[in-house]
Amino acid sequence: MVGATAILTGCAPEHQIEGLNFSPEDIAFLDEIGDTIIPETDTPGAKATGIGAFMVMMVKDTYDAEQQKTFVDGLNAIRKEFKSSNGSDFMDATSEDRLTYLNGMYDQFKTSKGEEAKAINMIKDLTVLGYFSSEIGATQALSYIEVPGKYDACIPYNKGDKAYAI
Amino acid sequence: MYKFKNKSKNQFMANQSYDAIVVGSGISGGWAAKELTEKGLKVLLLERGPNVEHIKDYKTATTPPWEVPHRGRRTQEQLENHPNLRRDYVLNELNLDWWAHEDDSPYVEEKPFTWFRGYQVGGRSLLWGRQSYRWANLDFEANAKEGIAVDWPIRYDDVAPWYSYVEKFAGISGSKDNLAILPDGEFQPPMPMNCVEKDAAARIKEHYKDARTWTIGRPANITQPLPGRVGCQYRNKCSLGCPFGGYFSTQASTLPAAVATGNLTLRPWSIVRRLIYDKDTQKATGVEVLDAETNQTVEYDAKIIFLCASTFNSTAILMRTATDIWPGGLGSSSGELGHNVMDHHFRLGANGQMDGYEDKYYFGRRPTGLYIPRFRNLNGEKRDYIRGFGYQGGASRSGWNRDVAELNFGAPMKEALTEPGPWSAGFTAFGEILPYHDNTIKFSDTVKDKWGMEALVMNAEIKENEINMRKDMMADAAEMLEVAGFKNVNTYDAGYTFGQGIHEMGTARMGRDPKTSVLNGNNQVWEAKNVFVTDGACMTSGAAQNPSLTYMALTARAAAFAVDELKKQNL
Repeated sequence: MVGATAILTGCAPEHQIEGLNFSPEDIAFLDEIGDTIIPETDTPGAKATGIGAFMVMMVKDTYDAEQQKTFVDGLNAIRKEFKSSNGSDFMDATSEDRLTYLNGMYDQFKTSKGEEAKAINMIKDLTVLGYFSSEIGATQALSYIEVPGKYDACIPYNKGDKAYAI
Repeated sequence: MYKFKNKSKNQFMANQSYDAIVVGSGISGGWAAKELTEKGLKVLLLERGPNVEHIKDYKTATTPPWEVPHRGRRTQEQLENHPNLRRDYVLNELNLDWWAHEDDSPYVEEKPFTWFRGYQVGGRSLLWGRQSYRWANLDFEANAKEGIAVDWPIRYDDVAPWYSYVEKFAGISGSKDNLAILPDGEFQPPMPMNCVEKDAAARIKEHYKDARTWTIGRPANITQPLPGRVGCQYRNKCSLGCPFGGYFSTQASTLPAAVATGNLTLRPWSIVRRLIYDKDTQKATGVEVLDAETNQTVEYDAKIIFLCASTFNSTAILMRTATDIWPGGLGSSSGELGHNVMDHHFRLGANGQMDGYEDKYYFGRRPTGLYIPRFRNLNGEKRDYIRGFGYQGGASRSGWNRDVAELNFGAPMKEALTEPGPWSAGFTAFGEILPYHDNTIKFSDTVKDKWGMEALVMNAEIKENEINMRKDMMADAAEMLEVAGFKNVNTYDAGYTFGQGIHEMGTARMGRDPKTSVLNGNNQVWEAKNVFVTDGACMTSGAAQNPSLTYMALTARAAAFAVDELKKQNL
């Protein structure tokens, strides 16, 4: 009942991911971050590929303990700091506000390479990987040709033609 | 497409007799089995690992990227379980089963050594890089001319017809370049260079006045169909097994030919511990096999035996043979058995970017790059090292996994990544390692494998000649990339540990004298003329070219000789 009391008093303690216990809400949070990085355009965005669940699986399976901590701490920090700087929860914010905030964080990573900013690069890396290797990413955003059957060494490329998925 | 059924275990009778036994079913063993069965011999082909059936057992060959669990990245569990495989690209979730597991088959690194093995039917023929280059006569003469190790007992002319023979059957695509250092062969039509490669190669040709050549790789990937093989479909997924028989492997090529004769018996799960040696006749009478599934020992007899168990394992079998006569095993009286370990040292080179060509692209995934044959220490040049190196590399447009740090998140970054990026090129150098007597393998006194067999102890290192060569290997790559028009050229040296080239050679070398070599000029063990070693163990020097084509040629040559000798009743 602590949570309920907190909501009533308007002073909710920030939800924080402990260890690697990602809740469905955390996965939804990652889905929204992923969809901010790779949004729907004329092709679906990252959320449509289940990017949140993909990121969680990759963090659990492929990251070492130190990387896992960086990722989780960074994600917790995004949730907390977004709210303190924007006054609303990331999940309730407009897509413009989300994008501005995450781009700011990414700029920070590119200049400072600080520990906390590392997490945004991890999220970007997993989003790009998960999206472009997904069925949607490979076959809609990119050109996926399982069996080319031939090799044309030199063909014209016109701006807008899709890159190959593999 | 062909099917092959295994005999059940109880169909194998102990002491059953064959005309020939071939130990190992990789590139060399597959060729030995094909040649000997086609010449009418009843052959038992022994493989230490499980069967892998062509097509049926290529479980991930058509898996799309989204069904690859970790999209090709390595899990912490894999890294923990594979301290050796993790050292290079071989640790890959798609074909991990085809690399020998270090827990079952440990080895001891007295000096750092990386040993990547394929313990299944087909061996590493399923996994190999497929680059297939002839040696030049200069490579066979080098030891004699420079006073290194011992002279090869053969020259290019001895091997040339056999290169032709195996190239035609295996299917090597490539361009005829008329180079003394890289003789032409019986090629299928070459895969073409892309636009950037073509222009870059032309600039190299002009600048170096033909003293350096960028040519298309010569892979064992077929550009025209061969019997039972559709040909390359430009998927570039070769190491998962090819459902189209696009590249040479035991499964696609030599095994079906051997099976078709009706003369082949294939027995997987059969680890050959040693040969049975008769000192009176100075011949091996058979092999002692440890059944890897039941741990039972079985013996098989044969008139001739081909050891193609992979370089170090063929030598290990000799080291366990006839130890009552020679404590170091059959061939050890030379003082060279287990010595002269070689590989190709590499993992360094350069890369750069090409401006322009934004309106050019390619279609299909070409399963080879370019090759730059050796150009150092030729035509009278003398560097501060002897021998030389070649390069493998190529140019391509980057894809979605490129870094676009200048772009912000959201639609701009997404749109950029759905289009191909700039052109870049990279080249990796592969250098010759000299045969040093003190680069050795021996048995461990303490470490044993899953089957109770002594593990090997590796003690090998590169020395001054190779270390000096590495400076040129890196600098020359950068120089050529700049000449070819690439910008932002960077050199790199990712560091090399012995064995990483996966081109293990030596330890039972050919020579002209039983006092200094294990094998004669026909790959016969001097002290057991009905035993032939035709895999990488036989190599007297290493050259800079990928070695597998030479193993194929030497195996076919030795098989023809062996059958002739059998007919003459000399064996």
